[in-house]
Amino acid sequence: MQLATLAIGLISATALWSGVQALNAQARTSYDRAAAALGGNRTATLVARDGGSYAQQLYVDLRRAGWPVSPAVEGAIRLSGRSLRLLGVEPLSLPVEARTAPALGTGDLQGFILPPGQTLIAPETLREFGLTEGATPELPNGQHLPPLKPQAEIAPGVLVVDIGLAQKLLDMPDRLSRLLLGSKQDGSRPPLRDIVGDRLQLDQPDAATELERLTDSFHLNLTAFGLLSFLVGLFIVNSAIGLAFEQRRPMLRTLRACGASARQLNAVMVIELCLIALLAGLIGLVCGYLIAATLLPDVAATLRGLYGAQIPGELSLRPEWWLAGIAISILGTLAAASAALIKAARLPVLAAAQPYAWQQAQYRWLIVQGAAALAVFAAGFGFLWFGDSLLSGFAVLAAILLGAALGLPAILGLVLALGEKLARGPLTTWFWADSRLQLSGLSLALMALLLALGVNVGVGTMVESFSRTFQRWLDGRLAAEVYLNAATDQQATEIKAWLKDRPEVRSLLPGARAEVKLQGQPVELIGFADDATYRDHWPLLEHTKDVWDRVARGDAALVSEQLWRRLGVKLGDRIVVPSDRGPWPVEVVGIYADYGNPRGQLGVAFGALVTHFPDVAKTRFGLRVDPARVPALIADLRSNFALGERSLADQSTLKAISKQIFSRTFAVTTALNAFTLGIAGVALLTSLLTLGASRLPQVAPLWAIGITRRRLALVELTKTLAMAAITALVALPLGLLVAWCLIAVVNVKAFGWRLPFEVFPFELAKLVGIALLATLLAAALPILKLMRMQPARLVKVFADER
Amino acid sequence: MSVRSRISRRAFAGGLLTVAVAPPVWAQGFAGLGSDAGGFAPVVPGRKLAFPDDHGPHPDFRIEWWYLTANLKDAAGNAYGAQWTLFRQAMTPGPQRDGWANQQIWMAHAAVTSADIHRFAEKFSRGGVGVAGVEASPFKAVIDDWAMQGSSATEPATLSPLEVTARGTNFSYALRLSADRPLVLQGDNGYSRKSERGQASYYYSQPYFTASGTLTLDGRAIAVEGAAWMDREWSSQPLASDQTGWDWFSLHLSTGDKVMLFRLRQRDGSNYFAGNWIGTDGRSAPLSPDQIRLEPLGFTTIGPRRLPTRWRVEVTGHDLAIETTPLNPASWMGTSFPYWEGPIAFKGNRVGVGYLEMTGY
Amino acid sequence: MLIVSNLTKSYSSGQDRVAVLRGVDLAVQPGESVALTGESGSGKSTLLHLIAGLDQPDGGAITFGEETISTMPDAERAAFRRERLGLVFQQFNLIPSLTVADNLVFQARLAGRHDAAWRTELIERLGLGALLKRYPEQLSGGQQQRVAIGRALAIKPLLLLADEPTGNLDEATADDVLALATDLVRRTGCGFLMVTHSERLAGMLDRRVHLHAGLIH
Repeated sequence: MQLATLAIGLISATALWSGVQALNAQARTSYDRAAAALGGNRTATLVARDGGSYAQQLYVDLRRAGWPVSPAVEGAIRLSGRSLRLLGVEPLSLPVEARTAPALGTGDLQGFILPPGQTLIAPETLREFGLTEGATPELPNGQHLPPLKPQAEIAPGVLVVDIGLAQKLLDMPDRLSRLLLGSKQDGSRPPLRDIVGDRLQLDQPDAATELERLTDSFHLNLTAFGLLSFLVGLFIVNSAIGLAFEQRRPMLRTLRACGASARQLNAVMVIELCLIALLAGLIGLVCGYLIAATLLPDVAATLRGLYGAQIPGELSLRPEWWLAGIAISILGTLAAASAALIKAARLPVLAAAQPYAWQQAQYRWLIVQGAAALAVFAAGFGFLWFGDSLLSGFAVLAAILLGAALGLPAILGLVLALGEKLARGPLTTWFWADSRLQLSGLSLALMALLLALGVNVGVGTMVESFSRTFQRWLDGRLAAEVYLNAATDQQATEIKAWLKDRPEVRSLLPGARAEVKLQGQPVELIGFADDATYRDHWPLLEHTKDVWDRVARGDAALVSEQLWRRLGVKLGDRIVVPSDRGPWPVEVVGIYADYGNPRGQLGVAFGALVTHFPDVAKTRFGLRVDPARVPALIADLRSNFALGERSLADQSTLKAISKQIFSRTFAVTTALNAFTLGIAGVALLTSLLTLGASRLPQVAPLWAIGITRRRLALVELTKTLAMAAITALVALPLGLLVAWCLIAVVNVKAFGWRLPFEVFPFELAKLVGIALLATLLAAALPILKLMRMQPARLVKVFADER
Repeated sequence: MSVRSRISRRAFAGGLLTVAVAPPVWAQGFAGLGSDAGGFAPVVPGRKLAFPDDHGPHPDFRIEWWYLTANLKDAAGNAYGAQWTLFRQAMTPGPQRDGWANQQIWMAHAAVTSADIHRFAEKFSRGGVGVAGVEASPFKAVIDDWAMQGSSATEPATLSPLEVTARGTNFSYALRLSADRPLVLQGDNGYSRKSERGQASYYYSQPYFTASGTLTLDGRAIAVEGAAWMDREWSSQPLASDQTGWDWFSLHLSTGDKVMLFRLRQRDGSNYFAGNWIGTDGRSAPLSPDQIRLEPLGFTTIGPRRLPTRWRVEVTGHDLAIETTPLNPASWMGTSFPYWEGPIAFKGNRVGVGYLEMTGY
Repeated sequence: MLIVSNLTKSYSSGQDRVAVLRGVDLAVQPGESVALTGESGSGKSTLLHLIAGLDQPDGGAITFGEETISTMPDAERAAFRRERLGLVFQQFNLIPSLTVADNLVFQARLAGRHDAAWRTELIERLGLGALLKRYPEQLSGGQQQRVAIGRALAIKPLLLLADEPTGNLDEATADDVLALATDLVRRTGCGFLMVTHSERLAGMLDRRVHLHAGLIH
């Protein structure tokens, strides 16, 4: 039984931890590939100040001036109705660090350059689109891609072709998107400004890719959950080893008396533990693989939806992963066993009389743990007060959880003592007193339950808060009934003219988007019309009195919450936007919620945006339409202007897509949550099973005195349920604290936005119910065993010469 | 390793390139080389070279180079060498396409050598977009910020004056070249045979350049002057497939005579010898194979390779019997196609300086 | 009055069934103390457990006044034990989570037969006054057994059953505890059946029966 418990603990600990690690590693590998394949942030690049394309002559000028740059052009293309990135590179000058694919290095270079050329594509993308090697799919503009050639080093969703072919396919003759600058420095070279003026600017490579930075918080989230599950698993391991040690105590004494040294005994036990850990770790890794494989689609969908990061849907595992999994299994086991091993080493050969009654011993233990809990809480408060990073946010979270777990036995002890004091009948007195006695044995399992419940309540509250807030927010942000993005400015004009004859269109709201960099980070500029639609619905968190009039005047802007936090601006502050027409100072007059956008955003008047960025596409607009007539209008628009799915969408579709993205974001969290709760249930079950055997001598006298087995079983069940219920009740405030921490600390640091904090009593009641149900399930087996126990076995307790 | 090492400038003319499989990037250009001209223009005897046109590129031919070596001295009498080379390689024959579709690939090597320092650099570029290329008149050969170019004053017949610049890690140079004598046609009026079976190239030289300018080595600027030698060669046909490498000499004799000679080593141990003796009067006379004797005297080990860096050179009929010593025995060009190339000095019945190139070791 | 007639009981041991009791007849009168002796494995404890209703016999009957214990359903037997029987075991079998005071009155309160005066008297007679607040694990064996006897007698049982009650005690303590028990039994007028293998202790009781080969001699 101990072995099974130990194995279950180790397997679940290793499984969840490795599962999460596998997911993270998979994502990181993909980012690396993306970064390498795009020549993105891994190498320094020269980009246009406005982020747009520029003339190829700048490349020639720079090369001729001694700058070792390599040209690249990129753009989106549509294939089978889906969007892919087409990247054109020049393999001869490509910096070594970007030359990852064999076709770009020593492979078939001539095949890549010479007509018909090649389209390098990730094997999974090839499969995803149902294409075959050598195929030449047709693009919407009638051109054909060069023959496809799968290459594992290419990032999913990216097509790599020779620069010349890419310019043709993207219809960008003699235009470049950026220049890659290798890390190899060849001699001195003249300053950039002397060659290209201020048309290009240098983007230094980041240690981490942009994707990595954006998705960091998400991965930290996963890691935190993995760690939590790992710790809960170790709780199980710890209790199993502790009990095993207690049972072996007489045998150890005998062996010691026979002359075996404590060191020898410990060595044998450590070897035994390591072997078990090895085996359980292997099984755990297999389970971890299964977990990761199960969760991967959701994780991939989340990362794609939130950050546009492409993660292949298949898990690839490296040897390091296996080794790390085994190592953590063994190390975890040894850590969990250290207390028992130290005890064994110090075990006196002769049993001494108990110096303290169990109650006193427990009292001391509770005092120590309670003090530790307070210390941890204090540390958590310190993190909250002084910390300013996502990591410190998680530290606060960890401190709250750990402190609560450590404090739980003390709280339970207090409640049980109080119950005992208030008890009248002999059986109730025994009920409370015996619960207290059992507390020491069950506390680890209950702590695991508390942690799992607390996190469940916390995450549940956060997710629920989010979905409500998000609903309201979406209603505000997507106020127009139809959203339209014309292919060209000319088509936009045509559509506008056509819409004039449609009486159901109540108003037409032009919009535009530009991109600038503020403090080195990309920021979106969105322009919107001065319309009641926005005045009534826009999700402003804070604003000045005349906010909309000020925005309409063109010298003021609304700032998204993320950007507001990042820039640290207040209402009334000025932000200088580097526009195409030079610096454009705008005053901050409002702050609005922009959930789920990893980038900062500035909202300005449409007219002002177009003035300062004359080149932006004026192709976007929203339409206010009588809702009943939306489908007909959309159908007419589609048939008249050949607008695709992405170019024309109605409000309900957009909302559905947005909600889907966000429900997926938390799907992983919820799944891990459920796993954690499951493990806590297992911990409780194993604790009860191990306790069950050792409790027989304590229960048998009561039966002998005249309490039926059925009644005894009922009392035992009630006891377990009572303790679980108290734990669940403690978990509620803990969970709310966790939720607050997630919402007010972790989310703000991770995503840049803060949700309104709401409490959902029904959800909480449901969770308590689930916890009790889990306890009932965990307790059922030992209780049934007791109820069905043969009198002969109970009698044996009295007959045994012990 | 041995495969890589068989390639160098003369490999273009040779076809040793047929066995060159996969040095990164550049070898790709040669993957299409067959044993015949493969749609490219053939090298035939009797073609009359015309200038300035033949200073420019010949895209109908598969391979071509502009090759300059200079033996220099500073004010204190210390010797230096400088090398500047631009190679052209056509991936496919046919009319030249514009922009990125252009089928030319350019490669360049530059080096500076002193008695104890040897620095080199390498460049690659696609043709068609204006980063690398050659124009005949006024003469201009460029790749990135390296250039060998003339001006309106440059005479087509002497290809003088020229400015040469190159720059690499911890070295650079800028040299001014001038010559008062016309170009010299190598081989038989510019038709240079490379094997018994008729493989050949068009080949002319300007061996009479005087050079002056500045070398920069590790940040130290050094004023230098001396003699320089320019080779121009283009071809479509590879060398015979059994030729494994060569040893090539260009010699400036103190008498004013210039000598070019080489041996192509063949797999069976025999050699194919060829060369020209260019007299002080500027007349170039081909040397017959049996007039040339080359004998290694001393070896230098560089990495896994053992290179004959000291030679006895004899040309009968011109009374030349000399022993050559390298300025820097470690003049190793560790480029995509590694080879040995560096300045030499010689003594014997004549004295002087020159350049030695050895490939296929 | 306890009457055991023609009681049989066998256990399965591997594939064989071993007959432990082969027709035991025994009667214990109120106020009478009887020692049940026999070799190890003779079935003394089995007989005691059957009389206590902890287990059911294969054949024969155990009656107590009007009631036949051997045919009672589980719940009734439990109630009978709770209200009528006092049980004392060799390992004392006190409830570890309860104090001496709570252990002492546990069964009496459970049975609804708590008598404060009787409790006070028991505490005094058993000399437990100073130990009431302690927990069983803090007591010596003799002290624990005195609490166990107190617990059993607190309900003023009709019959006190003891299984080697002094087996874990030294001789002097054993004599002391047994003297106390027999004295209290006499005071309450209940029957007392004690399993022991000690001739000396057996001699201290009113009567002694010997169990051999599954039969009373």
